[in-house]
Amino acid sequence: MSVGPSTTARSKNQGVREQPLHSLRAPLPLIMLALLVVGAMLLPIAYLVVRAITADANIVQQLFHPRTITVFGSTVLLATSVTATCILVGVPLAWLTVASDMPGRRWFAVLTALPLVIPTYIGGYAIVSALGPRGALQVLLGRLFGVERLPELYGFWGAWLALALFSYPYVLLSVQSGLRGLDPALEEASRSLGFGPWRTFWRVTLPQLRPSIAAGALLVALYTLSDFGAVSLLQFNSFSRAIYVQYRGAFDRDYAAALALVLVLLTAVVLGAEMWTRGRARYHRSTVGVVKPRPRAKLGPWRWPAIIFCSVVVLIALVMPVGVVSFWLVRGLQEGEPLRLVWSAAWNSVYTAAAAAVFAVFAALPIAILAVRFRSRWTTVFEGIAYGGYALPGIVIALALVRFASQYTPLLYQTLALMIFAYVLRFLPQALGTIRSTLLSVSPSLEEAARSLGYSPLRVTLRVTLPLIRPGILSGAALVFLTAMKELPTTLLLGPIGFKTLATATWTATAEGFFARAAAPALLIIVVSAFSMLFVLRDTWSDQH
Amino acid sequence: MLPSAVRRLVPALMTIGILVACGTPSSPTGAAGTTSTTPATASASSSAGGSITVYSGRNEELVGQLIEQFQTSTGITVNVKYADTAELAATIMEEGANSPADVFFAQDAGALGALAAEDRLAKLPDTILQSVEQRFRSPEGEWAGVSGRARAVVYNTKNVTEADLPQSIFGFTDPKWKGRLGWAPTNGSFQAFVTALRVLEGDAKAREWLEGIKANEPKVYENNTAVVKAAAAGEIDAGFVNHYYLVRQLQEQGESFGARNYYFTKGDPGALINVAGVGVLNSSKNQEAAQQFVQFLLSAEAQRYFADKTYEYPLAAGVQPNSALPPLSEIQSPELDLSKLEDLKGTLQLLQDLGIL
Repeated sequence: MSVGPSTTARSKNQGVREQPLHSLRAPLPLIMLALLVVGAMLLPIAYLVVRAITADANIVQQLFHPRTITVFGSTVLLATSVTATCILVGVPLAWLTVASDMPGRRWFAVLTALPLVIPTYIGGYAIVSALGPRGALQVLLGRLFGVERLPELYGFWGAWLALALFSYPYVLLSVQSGLRGLDPALEEASRSLGFGPWRTFWRVTLPQLRPSIAAGALLVALYTLSDFGAVSLLQFNSFSRAIYVQYRGAFDRDYAAALALVLVLLTAVVLGAEMWTRGRARYHRSTVGVVKPRPRAKLGPWRWPAIIFCSVVVLIALVMPVGVVSFWLVRGLQEGEPLRLVWSAAWNSVYTAAAAAVFAVFAALPIAILAVRFRSRWTTVFEGIAYGGYALPGIVIALALVRFASQYTPLLYQTLALMIFAYVLRFLPQALGTIRSTLLSVSPSLEEAARSLGYSPLRVTLRVTLPLIRPGILSGAALVFLTAMKELPTTLLLGPIGFKTLATATWTATAEGFFARAAAPALLIIVVSAFSMLFVLRDTWSDQH
Repeated sequence: MLPSAVRRLVPALMTIGILVACGTPSSPTGAAGTTSTTPATASASSSAGGSITVYSGRNEELVGQLIEQFQTSTGITVNVKYADTAELAATIMEEGANSPADVFFAQDAGALGALAAEDRLAKLPDTILQSVEQRFRSPEGEWAGVSGRARAVVYNTKNVTEADLPQSIFGFTDPKWKGRLGWAPTNGSFQAFVTALRVLEGDAKAREWLEGIKANEPKVYENNTAVVKAAAAGEIDAGFVNHYYLVRQLQEQGESFGARNYYFTKGDPGALINVAGVGVLNSSKNQEAAQQFVQFLLSAEAQRYFADKTYEYPLAAGVQPNSALPPLSEIQSPELDLSKLEDLKGTLQLLQDLGIL
């Protein structure tokens, strides 16, 4: 590797602040673009506010009902424990696959990231049929050891397990790219000053990884708040489930809106926490020069527990769900169910998700550049608003856009354009997070040099900044692509009439309990997404040759 | 530079695209990617028939074929949006007068009731209404039931015989059922049943039943299919479901399937019959074609389809139900105006107060 994105180091010298470029005003076109994006992101929130305001006064009473408060508490508990678990699983996995000499680490780097492609509404079913009462595991243990009953899966533990298993890769991927950008010189300095390997990890490596961990954890926490698939299948009464119940059972859109606004507030709190961990520290290298390649930590006898740890994660988070779905498929085929390889739906999924990925990157760039390079109260607010909708369940975003589009832009209503717009609204934060953290690790001095050589600000952005943050752009695009592939409610309600994707094909079958028919599209989602995942991970692969 | 980033992204996407495209020829019919499958025969005459848009809360697996039959026989193109019934009802409410939908085909009477309460449904012509028994349609004539779904108790045939099962749904509050029951309280059909219980027996009695069942620590499931499977697996001995989920499993898995249905009689609230129904939106500009669609759903052809394919009860045209089912008259469902099942809010409140939801 030559100079570039990976020239990072962190110097937390108080008093050393970025000054030169920051004293420049942000370029106007950038601000205009950011305002446009922020305006779009405000649509769903505006809808919720209008709904909640026009509702009757009873709403407030309902919101502060002890029952609502209990659900709120358990939702916070779920989000906290899922996030903590994802960090505990994701950080060691990232270190083992990137920074150690663990045998098979390249394979594990790919396999441990793949659970991200499994939608919770499929993964949840898989967990129930594998680990539920009378599931495959119980039958097996029953035969071998006469185990009658497994610990209760439904409720908190089931939801926790499902969400942690399918969202820890957010932390893993973020920390992997963070680790790859670290300058090992700091760690070497630490070792030479007499710190042992553990102490070096805790005191030097981990603090430098803080922004990557926080970025991944933020996505996990907000995703946990918004998810409906896992909590409904595993029967945990979270806030998003409460919102769905209001829509589905009571047709009470006002109360649902009020509940959703609470989620928006909660998002603000989570964001505040994440921004607080960022502080004002710098994470880029302050000197010029080439980063030497990271020497791999020698695991010695520890490689065996490491391999077992990685294998167990892969087994539970990837092999088990894929195995269950494949079993549905095989059983269905044996019973004469035709193999329904819905290629047209696969193609629809791929190109709409790809479009969403490209647009999300374009929308995220101005916000990320403003937030990092022209940091001010306003640019921070912009960034916060961009995350605003991420914790909202899909149905809320979908209905908000149904309202706006059918009233104000009927020509766009139920077109692909609107559906992709909704995808971008929902998933922009994923691109924002990765772009932002890569941008943080790039020293502004390169941009300053380009400026001093007479480049216009726009040219600096295009010719210097963007090439440097390419890894962040690519992984952001891939994350958006993956989640858009799985997206259900906005596809069903906002897509053109008759538009089918793999996600809707899977839903159509599972909604009536035809699991054999759901298997083919569900496996296709996983396979197609896995391909795009390999694309994200190809750096990991080449890195390690 | 961004273009170079895009340059790296595009080939990868194209690779996927090519992979997908290579597979396409194997299923040439699927390539169109739309449900508005306009068969060649229909498209020829579609100019004569026009087109309508149907929002269907009923699953494509269940009614897709039937809608195609309608297209073929009338030449009217039907564009169908499939999604969850309640979410579609909410969508229609948000769309207001601009709704592209002409017809709402709902999984349950409650969603139709909610739209009727917001004054979004047009009154159906009497000729259509009269083909359905009065108790299975809206008293104001805003929607008509299309197929009937009986509440039933699914039981494990190894652990329980029919003689062990109580005569009334209230019998299940007996402590001897502790730990042996299953239900799906988030399910619309279960909530409709609780609403019926409140209407028939009063709120106090309904609360008593729910508390009694809850005291027996029932296992909670996401949907009816899960309850039926749990009963067959012996995870539970009995569960509260709609009748057809079991019939479907029997067809799929054969007679060895470990569960059967039990129906209450004598007007017990447990013998409620709810309907999936249809209404025409008053904002529709294709009233005539929309009514034609409703009429078709109540025709002998469509009613036979429901009897044979979805194992529901036909409600019109004198069609007999599937032979595996007891006739409607034998179930002796309670006397109840289905439009009164719209007070779901009260039911949800009750379920939440008791900590069931």
